[in-house]
Amino acid sequence: MSWIDVGALEDIPLRGARLVKTPVGCVALFRTGEAEVFAASDRCPHKGGPLSEGIVHGRAVTCPLHNWVFSLETGEAQGADEGSIPTYPLRVENGRLLLDGDAVGRRAAA
Amino acid sequence: MTKKLVVIGAGMASGRMLESLIESDPAAYEITLFNAEPRGNYNRLMLSPVLSGEKTYAEIVTHDDHWYETHGIACRFGERVVEIDRDRKIVVGEKGAVPYDKLVIATGSDPFMIPLPGHDLEGVIPYRDLEDTERMMGLSAKPDAKAVVIGGGLLGLEAAAGMAARGVDVTVVHIMGHLMERQLDEAAGYLLRRALTDKGIKVMCSANSKEILGENGHVKALMLDDGTELPCDLLVMAVGIRPSVALAKSAGLAIGRGVHVDDRMVTSDADVLALGECVEHNGAVFGLVAPLYDQAKVLAQTLLGRDAAFQPKEVATKLKVTGCDLFSAGDFTEGEGREDIVFRDPARGVYKRLVLEGERLIGAVMYGDTADGAWFHGLIKDREDVSEMRDTLIFGPAFQGGAQADPMAAVAALPADAEICGCNGVCKGRIVEAVEGGATTIEDVRAVTKASGSCGTCTGLVEQVMALSLGDDFVMPTAKPVCGCTDLTHEDVRRLIKAQELKSQPAVWQELGWSTPNGCHVCRPAVNYYLLADWPLEYQDDPQSRFVNERNHANIQKDGTYSVVPRMWGGLTNARELRAIADAADKYGVPTVKVTGGQRIDLLGVRKEDLPAMWADLNEAGLVSGHAYSKGLRTVKTCVGREHCRFGTQDSTGLGVKLEKRLWGSWTPHKVKLAVSGCPRNCAEATCKDLGIVCVDSGFEIGVGGAAGMDLKEIQPLVKVATEAEAEEWSVAFVQLYREHAKYLDRPYKWIAKVGMDWVREALSNATERAALVARFDLSQTIYQKDPWAERAEPAAARRFQPLADLTLEAAE
Ligand SMILES: Cc1cc2nc3c(=O)[nH]c(=O)nc-3n(C[C@H](O)[C@H](O)[C@H](O)COP(=O)(O)OP(=O)(O)OC[C@H]3O[C@@H](n4cnc5c(N)ncnc54)[C@H](O)[C@@H]3O)c2cc1C
Ligand code: HEM
Ligand code: SF4
Ligand code: SF4
Ligand code: FES
Repeated sequence: MSWIDVGALEDIPLRGARLVKTPVGCVALFRTGEAEVFAASDRCPHKGGPLSEGIVHGRAVTCPLHNWVFSLETGEAQGADEGSIPTYPLRVENGRLLLDGDAVGRRAAA
Repeated sequence: MTKKLVVIGAGMASGRMLESLIESDPAAYEITLFNAEPRGNYNRLMLSPVLSGEKTYAEIVTHDDHWYETHGIACRFGERVVEIDRDRKIVVGEKGAVPYDKLVIATGSDPFMIPLPGHDLEGVIPYRDLEDTERMMGLSAKPDAKAVVIGGGLLGLEAAAGMAARGVDVTVVHIMGHLMERQLDEAAGYLLRRALTDKGIKVMCSANSKEILGENGHVKALMLDDGTELPCDLLVMAVGIRPSVALAKSAGLAIGRGVHVDDRMVTSDADVLALGECVEHNGAVFGLVAPLYDQAKVLAQTLLGRDAAFQPKEVATKLKVTGCDLFSAGDFTEGEGREDIVFRDPARGVYKRLVLEGERLIGAVMYGDTADGAWFHGLIKDREDVSEMRDTLIFGPAFQGGAQADPMAAVAALPADAEICGCNGVCKGRIVEAVEGGATTIEDVRAVTKASGSCGTCTGLVEQVMALSLGDDFVMPTAKPVCGCTDLTHEDVRRLIKAQELKSQPAVWQELGWSTPNGCHVCRPAVNYYLLADWPLEYQDDPQSRFVNERNHANIQKDGTYSVVPRMWGGLTNARELRAIADAADKYGVPTVKVTGGQRIDLLGVRKEDLPAMWADLNEAGLVSGHAYSKGLRTVKTCVGREHCRFGTQDSTGLGVKLEKRLWGSWTPHKVKLAVSGCPRNCAEATCKDLGIVCVDSGFEIGVGGAAGMDLKEIQPLVKVATEAEAEEWSVAFVQLYREHAKYLDRPYKWIAKVGMDWVREALSNATERAALVARFDLSQTIYQKDPWAERAEPAAARRFQPLADLTLEAAE
């Protein structure tokens, strides 16, 4: 893995999200707790809703367009809806956000 | 010849190691023990009870002079080791060198001091040893002594509570949003904060320290980055520890964050061993004592040439502050595929959260009732399969065995004296009696027993008891809860927020027994609205609990672009505004410009990144947000009225503008639309608005509860008044009544259908009540009547609308 520093933890509001543009498309970084973050595709598989604009609750996000709910841990849609979003390794170290560059970069090149 | 063992550091870890070594083979080594502190080993954990006055220093000494003497240990206390010479195998202390065959480094850790300006002033101390403790104890001798503690973690809070117990005025400054964020989630952090506040400790979260101010070289105050000054005589920094590795590093041993050791506690030099907080094992460093004791045993065995291997295990923490019962164990933060089980008992102030991964329990946090802590810790350590008891796991060991997962069966099994309603102390037997005495509804039971009459969270239990007693005669009421996170209805939640004065989201989650850590997309916007409507001054609006449109202050369109609608007061505009709108449309390449149904102009298809700049441009021309996206005041439609129209009876445009200027920016349970028509011909279509005014010769007819959406509703007459001022007063009072009482997402017509038009008329016809409603509305407007566009066009806020980073460039190379 190659960890890339993409910003400070404080740049994401608690229970909010920010976007990172990557070769695999827009990746949303979600902050679910004081020091808990997840990265996943920003694109809702239903009709392309921007997940970074959804409401973040527990370790899940609700799509702002039609309320599909996705687990940020597995990427799976919850409840009756079927679909999933890719998730990417993201971690916090000394208040910085480190995203796995291989996961969001080489996939596109391959 | 006995071999020479030198130990650097007489702390918790080395103390236990020496005990273990001597017990196994007292004659194996000739031991020299260095300690920088001028004393032998004492129980560092117990410094907090010493600080608070619950224990004395003498009681926490673990090894006294007699012990060292009996075992022939040469003590060099108060002497710091300054060098290790591995080639000559000697250790150099401040007062002379000692040769070794085996060396043990147990230097513990150094408190981290944030290098704020002024951190080296006299009176700025860490919390690590007896000297620090004595400094804090000494403070209570001074009348009106004040202390500030930076850091709301375990150590900082123990320091704060200890000083507070001695009568010192203490403020805790914590950078994160809630206390002990490494161990607790928000809800438990909220309970802890409440308990500490009750002890007289001031707690400031999300507070950033900027500078330590001094006078004559002594600390005087802490200044925060918002300019707040907190005066203090002593400032305790408890923001974390770093393994103490300086000595090992200069001796050339392998180090990472700590001194590298293998499973046998041997460093990169076969004759040098290390243990305690100064080491790093398999990438992990340590901050709690339990694993250090295991290291001690292993290291002693290694010194004796026996096989032993250190295996880290899950550790548990308890906060040693009297009256704050808190326990946390294992891992309950990040990770994939984890599930939460949350239990709250608001009446007793209890919060429990378990984290499961697959079949195993991996973390537990408890507040208020930690009796089952050891049991949960055991399940975590033993990696037990808990899938069989998953449903009842959170109730603890007492509930297992019988395995009654059915809540009805559990209620049936309760003895008659089991407490059902904690607030009013009503037991099961009393409710059964009430039912036998003729009560058939929950209201009856409430009337005779008071059960469920206060906080209401036991309503479900009371109903279950009734169902059991009444059998088939009792139909469980099916009031619809807000969502899956709670059994309470919207009405209950509103009532309880007011009755219990709940002023934050964590307070609602805890006191009303939410079953999820922080709600979901259904309840969060509702709770956020109720809190800001009821506590405009105390509660701070939470953008993360709003739907995208209200967060971004623009309507998201189906393709992810936004629409921008500037306000046009009462539908009035002018050439300058129109020019600014046209310029913005050109500059940002707006594909569609449309006149809305609400008498203003919509710019559709704007990219998110462009929003702040476009808003800034429109602001420049005096245009503000039209809130075309909000659950709040949308538009006030008007006709041209008396000024231009031959039928006009009053200045309908003017009144519309006044109303819009008064009401804009307010948040409401659902959108609110108004209109004012100048005569009964009603060109502004006022009769299908949430509030519509039709002007007549003798005054103004106000009607409410109209709508022209999926339901078409005509307004119902509210009142007829003679003057414009009265019309404005009644309109504002109506909007406030709606804000205070309606369920989130009920338009006024739906709300009126529930409470009745008569009730609304009656509530508003009382002049005093009307004035009070207007006053409360105006108070709320002092906070909320702000142009959101102007706020978000500020550079710091505008940045949030841009991507955090762009990795497409890097990856292209
Ligand atoms: C106030 C307080 C409360 C705590 N409460 C808890 C709790 O409730 N639960 C829990 O599990 N843990 C708690 N801890 C943490 C626990 O005390 C430590 O994990 C433990 O003490 C570490 O043991 P150690 O032997 O590695 O280091 P220490 O006990 O710190 O011992 C290291 C010793 O080495 C000496 N030394 C350092 N450098 C040199 C040198 N160059 N020459 C000579 N001597 C040197 C130091 O003076 C010190 O005496 C608490 C800590 C504090 C400060
Ligand atoms: C996502 C869905 C919706 C969007 C994006 C949307 C957008 C808009 C916009 C931008 C306006 C112009 C308002 C103004 O000038 O302030 C408007 C007007 C209006 N909307 Fe909607 N709307 C939506 C849903 C609805 C629904 C569900 C209803 C019915 C319940 C509704 C009923 C109306 C009415 C009646 C008007 C005209 C108001 C008037 O004449 O005063 N809209 N809508
Ligand atoms: S509502 Fe009456 S006053 Fe207003 S424009 Fe129509 S006819 Fe004229
Ligand atoms: S009427 Fe329907 S399609 Fe038209 S703007 Fe309103 S919600 Fe959208
Ligand atoms: S686009 Fe996400 S739920 Fe429809």
